[in-house]
Amino acid sequence: MERLTSLSALANLKDRIRRGRGRDTVGLSLCYTTGCYALGSGQVHEALAAELKRRELDGQVVVQRAGCRGFCEAGPILTVQPKGIFYVRVKPEDVPEIVERTLVQGEIVERLLYKDHATGVRVAHECDVPFYKHQTRVVLRHSGHVDPQNLEDYLALDGYEALAKVLGSMTPEQVIAEVAASGLRGRGGAGFPTGRKWQLCREAKGDHKYLICNADEGDPGAFMDRSVCEGDPHAVLEGMLIAAYAIGCRHGYIYVRAEYPIAVANLTKAIADAGAIGLMGESILGTGFSFDLKIKQGAGAFVCGEETGLIASIEGRRGMPRTRPPFPAQAGLFGKPTNINNVETLACVPPIISRGAAFFASMGTEGSKGTKIFALAGKVNNTGLIEIPMGATLRRVVFDIGGGIPKGRGFKAAQMGGPSGGCIPAQHLDLPIDYDSLQAVGAMMGSGGLIVVDEDTCMVELARYFLDFVQSESCGKCVPCRVGTRRMLEILTRITRGQGKEGDVDLLEEIGTTVKIGSLCGLGQTAPNPALSTIRYFRDEYEAHVKDKRCPARVCRDLVTYTIDPEKCIACGKCKKVCPAEAVEGEKKVKHKILQDKCVRCGACFEACPMDAVLVA
Amino acid sequence: MHAALKEILARHGTSRSELIPILQEAQGAIGYLPKDAMLDVARHLNVSEAAVYGVASFYAQFYFQPQGKHRVRVCRGTACHVRGSANIRRLVEAKLGVKEGGTTPDLLFSYETVACIGACALAPVMVIDGKYYGSLTPERVESVMGDYMTKAK
Repeated sequence: MERLTSLSALANLKDRIRRGRGRDTVGLSLCYTTGCYALGSGQVHEALAAELKRRELDGQVVVQRAGCRGFCEAGPILTVQPKGIFYVRVKPEDVPEIVERTLVQGEIVERLLYKDHATGVRVAHECDVPFYKHQTRVVLRHSGHVDPQNLEDYLALDGYEALAKVLGSMTPEQVIAEVAASGLRGRGGAGFPTGRKWQLCREAKGDHKYLICNADEGDPGAFMDRSVCEGDPHAVLEGMLIAAYAIGCRHGYIYVRAEYPIAVANLTKAIADAGAIGLMGESILGTGFSFDLKIKQGAGAFVCGEETGLIASIEGRRGMPRTRPPFPAQAGLFGKPTNINNVETLACVPPIISRGAAFFASMGTEGSKGTKIFALAGKVNNTGLIEIPMGATLRRVVFDIGGGIPKGRGFKAAQMGGPSGGCIPAQHLDLPIDYDSLQAVGAMMGSGGLIVVDEDTCMVELARYFLDFVQSESCGKCVPCRVGTRRMLEILTRITRGQGKEGDVDLLEEIGTTVKIGSLCGLGQTAPNPALSTIRYFRDEYEAHVKDKRCPARVCRDLVTYTIDPEKCIACGKCKKVCPAEAVEGEKKVKHKILQDKCVRCGACFEACPMDAVLVA
Repeated sequence: MHAALKEILARHGTSRSELIPILQEAQGAIGYLPKDAMLDVARHLNVSEAAVYGVASFYAQFYFQPQGKHRVRVCRGTACHVRGSANIRRLVEAKLGVKEGGTTPDLLFSYETVACIGACALAPVMVIDGKYYGSLTPERVESVMGDYMTKAK
């Protein structure tokens, strides 16, 4: 493609691409991002290419390697256009049947359709799947419908229209006013108003300013930003270009986790492709506005998600946060004014500009506008990536979209905001999800990890798990975080081992409060939350561990014993085979027994037993 | 100097902000960061050896020992955790006879855990040489690890 030198050249190119694409084109769209790829979409793609070639259909049918559709549980996902037939859990061996029956004969392969958990009915079209029906996809509108490596796909939709609007008809001040009016707040967790953040950096003195996109998504159990970068990288670039224009930045960085190879590849290609047609670099679309963008790969440090830690890392230093002020808007990267936004925040910008601030502000609650993406995982039927309007209830997320808890178990709590957040128990299922409501119940929006736990999850152990994480990720610079998280972890570990002492829970609260107040950066200031919020709602579980030396959820290994019920045991040897500690005694036709002194309480026998003869107490 | 490192240094400037990309590429080429390589990087950037080691040891991604032929990574993200990844880790440890971060003496396997690989739908999950194994049960770990260990010998 030629380099575009004017706004009208972009409009012409978009027209040309759209005209070239008929509405009735037969196409297959296969999810090709981490979740589905891990489930084998690579092999499905190979099988499709081979089968289409064998049947000489390869010239007529387009196979699109699309971005994330969010419904990771059902991957690999294949949709057939133009009808929008939605096939789930597709395997390479299903390919010949799909080609023959759906592409050639126009029929639907019933057995590959999604089956509704609640009704058992198979659903033919994506729009009718309950997982999607209750969502509002604004940021994720393209994801799964464009090939992230193909700029033309993005241009055929509304791609770079917002940029053209900004460059053609808006002053930087107007852009900032529009973003401010939309009510957009930072999606990385803290929820700072984006318009005001841009304004502060725009007003900062200095000719040289930097824009950074924070894609260092490190929360365990969160993959929103990864999916956006993988599935719709040009949307991130477009958001950055608009931000750079509004603030007055000439150079930008995307700081992305090295653990996300597909995101790195897709972003790299997007930057190169945008540069090739003049949407990046010198005098973009001939307007005199210039912007260069580089990718920096993180090296595995959670604390680098904190903005001053991230800046230190780009500068080639240990990624340790520093005191603020000065804020990055005054003195950030290389000492220059710097604006840092999270991936999702930037991806919200193009729709705000194209469709207007009022459109965005029409969704959500008083203090939280627009939509939010969540990574829904844990003990829930429909795991995946979802986007809902702010203010939707947790019940809607867990039960309507998530399809409820597997195996008919009871909902216990949702852990939101990862290691910085807290748990929300069943009594708050009807809580509207927005920044302020979550804060009021001791949780936090965080970046969007939402882990559902059921009655088989021990809340004390869950708190210990998060403290273990933050303790090992603490950079060690300030004492409250370095020492405090360590002490909290020690106490929690003791409790889960049945060595809890009277007063331990109070001590946890005391240390936790001190760490929150005294820590230097967001990591430490939020690190005690998982412990404090589980104490708040599940104090009885703590007491059971400390006083009765009992784990009600039967998770803490030192507080449970495994035995075999001789009535139920059929002496099949399955438990003996999987036991890593040779703790199962018995042979064929001799009832089995667990040797308590050898048992490591891994639960392998419990999982393996076909008769439910292994008892946990 | 390691030939690959020479080529990497030639491609990068001498600004401090090149340090992490250089270390990443050096490890990519050599497999880990030997002391000599870090000394060469320090000279190239005109910073102290301590500065290079300080940065390298801060980030979890860098290794200072040779790594095994096969890399076993078990996810300990929240979704995996609530679906039983602790057991998976114990089983892998027992099978390989090394602790987290360790490498078997025959240099065939390195075992580590990762905070979250973002494949929460497949929880609990492990990745061996880039291949994902999801919805793990103790039995499946036994068979997958068994296969690798038989083939590796």
